[in-house]
Amino acid sequence: MSTTTSPAAGVGNFLDERIGASKLTKTFARKVFPDHWSFMLGEIALYSFIILLLTGTFLTFFFIPSTGVTTYTGPYSTLQGQEVSEAFNSTMRLSFEVRGGLLLRQIHHWSALIFVVAIIVHMFRVFFTGAFRKPRELNWAIGVLLAILAVFEGFLGYSLPDDLLSGNGLRIASGIILAIPVVGSYVSFFLFGGEFPGEAFIPRIYTIHVLLLPAIMLALITFHLILVVVHKHTQYPGPGRTNDNVVGYPLFPIYTAKAGGFFFIVFGVTALMAAFFTINPIWLYGSYDPSPISAGAQPDFYMGFMDGAVRLMSGYFEIAAFGYTLSLNIAIPALILPGVLTTAAIAYPAIEAWASGDKREHHLLDRPRNAPTRTGLGMMALTFYVLLWIAGGNDIVATHLRLSINDITYTLRVLVFVLPPLVYVITKRICLGLQRKDREKVLHGRETGRVFRTEDGEVFELHAPLSAEDRWTLVQFESTHPAELESATDGSGVRRPGGLLNRLRQRVSRFYFEDRVEPVTPAELLEAQHHGHEELSASGGEQPQVTAGTH
Amino acid sequence: MTALAARRRHPLATALLVLLGLVITGMAYAAVLPGTADAAGTVSQDVTAGRKLFQANCATCHGMNAEGRNNAPSLVGVGAAAVDFQVGTGRMPLQQSGPQAPEAPRRLSDEDTTQLAAYIASLGAGPAIPDAAAVDPASGDVSRGALIFRTNCAMCHGAAGKGGALTRGKYAPDLSKTSETHIYEAMVTGPQSMPVFNDKTIDPQAKKDVIAYLDQINSTPNPGGLSLGRIGPVSEGLVAWLVALGILLGFATWLGAKSS
Amino acid sequence: MPAHDDHDDSAVATRGDQVPDRFENPGLPAHQHRMADTDAKAAKRAERQVAALFTLSMVGTVLLLVAYFAVKLEYNNMSFVESLDQLRLSNQLLGGGLAIALLGIGAGAVHWAKTLMPDEERIEYRHLQRGTDEERAEATAILKLGADESGIARRPLIRNTLIGAMAMFPIPALVLLRDTGPMPGKHLSETFWKEGIRLERDQPGGGAVKASDLTLGSVVHIMPEGLEEKAEDLLNERAKAAVLLIRLEPELLAAESVPGSYNGIVAYSKICTHVGCPVALYEQRTHHLLCPCHQSTFDLTQNCKVIFGPAKRALPQLAITVDDEGYLVAKGPFSEAVGPSFWERG
Repeated sequence: MSTTTSPAAGVGNFLDERIGASKLTKTFARKVFPDHWSFMLGEIALYSFIILLLTGTFLTFFFIPSTGVTTYTGPYSTLQGQEVSEAFNSTMRLSFEVRGGLLLRQIHHWSALIFVVAIIVHMFRVFFTGAFRKPRELNWAIGVLLAILAVFEGFLGYSLPDDLLSGNGLRIASGIILAIPVVGSYVSFFLFGGEFPGEAFIPRIYTIHVLLLPAIMLALITFHLILVVVHKHTQYPGPGRTNDNVVGYPLFPIYTAKAGGFFFIVFGVTALMAAFFTINPIWLYGSYDPSPISAGAQPDFYMGFMDGAVRLMSGYFEIAAFGYTLSLNIAIPALILPGVLTTAAIAYPAIEAWASGDKREHHLLDRPRNAPTRTGLGMMALTFYVLLWIAGGNDIVATHLRLSINDITYTLRVLVFVLPPLVYVITKRICLGLQRKDREKVLHGRETGRVFRTEDGEVFELHAPLSAEDRWTLVQFESTHPAELESATDGSGVRRPGGLLNRLRQRVSRFYFEDRVEPVTPAELLEAQHHGHEELSASGGEQPQVTAGTH
Repeated sequence: MTALAARRRHPLATALLVLLGLVITGMAYAAVLPGTADAAGTVSQDVTAGRKLFQANCATCHGMNAEGRNNAPSLVGVGAAAVDFQVGTGRMPLQQSGPQAPEAPRRLSDEDTTQLAAYIASLGAGPAIPDAAAVDPASGDVSRGALIFRTNCAMCHGAAGKGGALTRGKYAPDLSKTSETHIYEAMVTGPQSMPVFNDKTIDPQAKKDVIAYLDQINSTPNPGGLSLGRIGPVSEGLVAWLVALGILLGFATWLGAKSS
Repeated sequence: MPAHDDHDDSAVATRGDQVPDRFENPGLPAHQHRMADTDAKAAKRAERQVAALFTLSMVGTVLLLVAYFAVKLEYNNMSFVESLDQLRLSNQLLGGGLAIALLGIGAGAVHWAKTLMPDEERIEYRHLQRGTDEERAEATAILKLGADESGIARRPLIRNTLIGAMAMFPIPALVLLRDTGPMPGKHLSETFWKEGIRLERDQPGGGAVKASDLTLGSVVHIMPEGLEEKAEDLLNERAKAAVLLIRLEPELLAAESVPGSYNGIVAYSKICTHVGCPVALYEQRTHHLLCPCHQSTFDLTQNCKVIFGPAKRALPQLAITVDDEGYLVAKGPFSEAVGPSFWERG
């Protein structure tokens, strides 16, 4: 029985007696989260999602999801008297006649762009730091799915106003669906309720965009966050941080203030963008009609890689035989490529675990330089993605840089195969070089820029040895060795099953871990220090050699 | 001895004699040479001046009689409007060869342009320079113009007239600084890659509507804020990455840094 | 050659004479105090800064509310430019006010946490995700017990019929989608064009086109006459019936396009055979048609064959002739399906 009179205690008592609030508070309120700016990237995505839900709800109060024809009678003079769809008309009314309507529409659209930007940057941060390793493979897969859904959701969202630009995007989508072998025309007719454009697509897109996908994404995001709490957040290596602890600050009050404050910051920055930068000015495009089209026909940036892949393809790959047409020129870039990329992304943690044979849990992040092959592969994927992106805007590149779109296409067709492997090699070499530099720093100390002259006239730069804390960050990593080949036959001469897979595994493992730099050991440091002392006491001398382990 | 005879061995005497011979020959030749016929039957001053300008600035590429040569098309029948457009926007005389002639600072004055136009017009019937009434945006319907522009022009010039790419390095230019007269002339003469929109395809009132539309959108502010070039999602995506992400990363770094 | 100085914290820790294989974690570094931790005046200053940020937020909210009521979106007495300026002003003030209101709270909260809340690092210990061996054994036993109690292993009839029922019940979910759309039938292969239909300008006012209306270098965007009045689904028909009408020098036409032409005038489908965008860009001098979506290029002098880009098939030609009054008319429907390829196209 409560005998206190403060209202806070009253509320607390009410909640505790109904949902066990005191137990929840005990478990969660002082949970520790590590602090690093790169851990904010996923938060930007999360908060953008919330902003999308909030602003989107407001938009649904005004948007009419119908292709029914009406006459525009609003204030925008270049559309006066034109026959437009209800969807377009209601979006125009929201923008021009509802106070705050244009602002919220722009916040919604900028937030969608920031959502996908944040997802991409977050995904690459997780990849380059190896945060997808056990036990987080499931969370990584959920993240990849969320990325796909976010892209699709955005595409459907900007198609809702039924303007000329997005309508052509839907036309392209229907053309891609038609390219599905055997069932393409059936799928297209079922989705669009008949021929393109038909009258069903706006209401159906609306349902998917407002109800279906947000519900699925909300469920996936919730599960994504639950897993972060269950696994506890990863942390960067450093003094005092081990694989078995989390070092940071408690949820209440520190992270309540910081993360809660960051929500307001993300919202505020998005509002700032919407206040001062125009986005999706549908009044310039007009209502959708299948006959006209505007130059600069691009999707929003997150679909740009697919548009670029479609532009780079050659028509040579469409095969017509026996009365049937197989449009590989569309299927490969628009259907097969995204499928391959998604599958590769989801499967990656398993591939790397298979190659390393590492079955332990990992809660300490890798510094990207300490995983040279993974970092190289990630940069390779990023290069490929960026090249396709540029291809998607090739006509804008052509007009702004005064080039020929044909030349840009030819060049990118070659670059898309040549540049990624090149970037892989260069990145890997840079990582290995940085690792060697770290070794030098540990063995010989930090360059101070101060110069020292002996009596004999020799001039040296003073190096300050690293403190134990700084040194720890540079030596704590483990250098994985390639898996060893099991012999094809076991001790009794019997053929070992799965021999082919084993050999493949050994090859993949060598590809990953053959080139490596070992961390400095205490023995090496002692030797380097002794060398240094001996050489200093004798007059003049050479640089002590770095002896062990470097490849 | 006369004064003339006394100077017959002066060094300049030979030169003077040669000069005299040239002048007499030239005058005799000019008297004998037939004059050029002209379509109107009379040689007006503008046309004559125009022909001289043509021969000085244009004939090397377009031929002495504007019959066309290699890449330079024949100018017979292109009309005064074509000349006023090409020379008035500085595209002609062509500075250097490339995928197409770009808009450039004018090289011939207004008067020269008029004379050139008169000369070309004299070679064959073609579109005339439109008068002020024909290009007056106030008498055009901006909404109708928007629809006509969308169907006939937006695919090359962009829905907001900001320009677009064609093949092999050619492009349709940005129309935000083009004068009303030049827009009309371009439509009616079809310069370079641009198709010809004669008065049967887009009638004069429709042309005024298009001009009114362009005038309208080029003078209207962007209600959403900065326009980002009015070229669509490419610039919006760039701004999202560079500006929005940049600012947010700045805040994130501040958030994660230890306070002093 | 580097010089070393011997500070204890950088020396290699040894256990007696044994040098360890790897370095050991030195533990959390010493805590560094912030100014606000030790200096009361600095703390007060930080407090005032946080309060100022929260106050700024309130100012932002007020700005938003004032702008909402002060800047009305009523354009009746305004010129077009003035009305757009008004909307722009409203957008900037509402958005700016909202941004200040939000950023004020956010920055204030973050600054408060950074400067005034304790920033001593705490350690929490992780546990392996997997349960202990006892927990695993217990879980396995529970599962076995439950399976035994259900009897599913002993009663294959129940198991098999259960599998059958569960496998079948989702099927209606798919079947119910059947009526989301009609079968494609012949729709993709047929357009509004038939013999005798006049070619009409695709612009307000329309109007049929005579052969003499076209000069060399001109292009007219065409729709079939009567489409607006008679089409059941106007946009669907427009999406297939769009045509480009162009006049070339007759000697430039490819032989196979001549029968469908009229005095050098040809008509081709405007819908790209790649994924369906309008191939609307006509380059007069090169006689090329360019699609702006993926840059497929078609050559009019080769019967609109593809000469660049991801499209494969040439644009279908609409054979034309003139009627008694001199207007251009279609000779018949398109010779093949227009628009993007599909599997059963043939």
